[in-house]
Amino acid sequence: MNNDAFAQQQAHGYPEALPDFAPPPVHRGLVKPGLDPAKIRADFPILDQSIHGKPLVYLDNAASTHKPKAVIDCLRKVYEEDYSNVHRGVHTLSQRCTELFEAAREKVQRFLNAKHSHEIIFVRGTTEAINLVAQSYGRSKIGAGDEILITAMEHHSNIVPWQMLCEQTGAVLKVAPIDLRGELRMDEFERALSDRTKLVSVVHMSNALGTINPVEDIIALAHARGVPVLLDGAQAAPHMAVDVQALDCDFYALSGHKLYGPSGIGVLYGKEKLLNAMPPYQGGGDMIRRVTFEKTEYNALPYKFEAGTPNIADAIALGAALDYLDSVSLAAVADHEARLLEYATERALSIPGLSLVGTAAHKGAILAFTLDRIHPHDIGTILDHLGIAVRAGHHCAMPVMDFFGVPATARASFGLYNTFEEVDALIDGIRQVIKVFG
Amino acid sequence: MLDRIRDLYQEVVFDHNRNPRNFRVMPGASRKIEGFNPLCGDRITLYVRINDGLIEDVSFQGSGCAISTASASLMTEIVKGKTEQEAERLFELFHRITTGKNSEAVNLEDLGKLAVLAGVRAYPARVKCATLAWHSLQAALKNEAETVSTE
Repeated sequence: MNNDAFAQQQAHGYPEALPDFAPPPVHRGLVKPGLDPAKIRADFPILDQSIHGKPLVYLDNAASTHKPKAVIDCLRKVYEEDYSNVHRGVHTLSQRCTELFEAAREKVQRFLNAKHSHEIIFVRGTTEAINLVAQSYGRSKIGAGDEILITAMEHHSNIVPWQMLCEQTGAVLKVAPIDLRGELRMDEFERALSDRTKLVSVVHMSNALGTINPVEDIIALAHARGVPVLLDGAQAAPHMAVDVQALDCDFYALSGHKLYGPSGIGVLYGKEKLLNAMPPYQGGGDMIRRVTFEKTEYNALPYKFEAGTPNIADAIALGAALDYLDSVSLAAVADHEARLLEYATERALSIPGLSLVGTAAHKGAILAFTLDRIHPHDIGTILDHLGIAVRAGHHCAMPVMDFFGVPATARASFGLYNTFEEVDALIDGIRQVIKVFG
Repeated sequence: MLDRIRDLYQEVVFDHNRNPRNFRVMPGASRKIEGFNPLCGDRITLYVRINDGLIEDVSFQGSGCAISTASASLMTEIVKGKTEQEAERLFELFHRITTGKNSEAVNLEDLGKLAVLAGVRAYPARVKCATLAWHSLQAALKNEAETVSTE
């Protein structure tokens, strides 16, 4: 841990978490260095600006994260120096760009610790990844009377594709309930698994509540019945190391733009065996081996699922984002965000009239809250006037709002570049909101 | 800096948010309509009693932000006793001042207390909060039975 971070944490009342000397030699090889917020922030040009005359405090990372210079520079370099369409080109630029594109796939493979790079399918984002599984795996393997099991804390993108599939096939969508802390009720989840369950699709970390689900247990229970599991990793992937082989999940979906990468690019990981057994999702160029008017032979993985010209530059820049995360270490990010959340939670709970929505024991850096008699939209507008960006609304999880009996929440979500001072600004801001509303 | 926010959150807004007028169920309403803003989850139920083109009574229920609650409350005050045509005309004026489109020609005095919501035009994300009740009223006057959405 560097001195700045040490001093900052001391100033914020975390001395007990630190050894008397830092770090003790015995742990030197294990303790990850703390993040240096000043250095990190300098990597993100957009953060250096004022909103309504106040320094921007960006706490909407669960919706989308900002991009480090490395990602922006990568995009610029691709378009200025390396760009061409990928695959099958014999000219130099096409070959160079193909190499960069496939290298990005290998970076994603390493990031998720997938066994093969062809298990990495580039898609637009988590939403498209889930729709791909619903329409390809779902329509070929799930029929009338079969069941798909999700949880009550899912984002709409892990609800609606399954409802569409159910309408198309006559399958039934089952929902495992959550408790008032926002934790999945594992006993109910287990009970909801039946002989008819054909797929479990669960969020790894909830965007509305911050809950990190016990996905190892979920996968073990499902696999004991031979049921494959899809994990929606849109929120989890930016905050913790994900090892799809260790988890043994069957599908993993993520979005580049929540990972400090570009929007419009995401990833579906699928086990080779499952992907090979699935029909294509879309037809077109790149996904074929041979086309005649009588019959088309499909291409091998991963191209079978990548019809048409892919999002080339954004895929390459996603690779740059993963390199960036690797350089700061996801373990250090997770540690920093855990401290931010602990500090923010403690301070938020000191505000009269504030209620947290989502208090799971195992949580990512999301602080969703309501204030007595003040609607989240009003909170959001007033905080914006103080330069503080939070999200106010249902966070694409209307059933979660219904469960907690609120129309909406205000949500502060933290990323690697957020600081303890920004938590202070948020808390002061909330107090000002209460003052304005008298 | 929070002074500027007072352009949006004027005292009248706070007053109507805290104590919304005509905030009640209306038995025997001639029109009842659900208004919904899917962006924020705001919902209102609007009740209207119309007799021979005259809005005899109007009330609402629901949950929403300060802007949508105050706007609904102010609307019920101003349209009660007006004819349907007068209410339509007010909606048009209100729409113009809140969206800032063709708003120069609007005489704010014609709008009475509604003018306090003109500040919302500086907040594009919040315009729908202010107009939800009015869209619902317009649908009620047209006797559209289905749920009204701001989208």
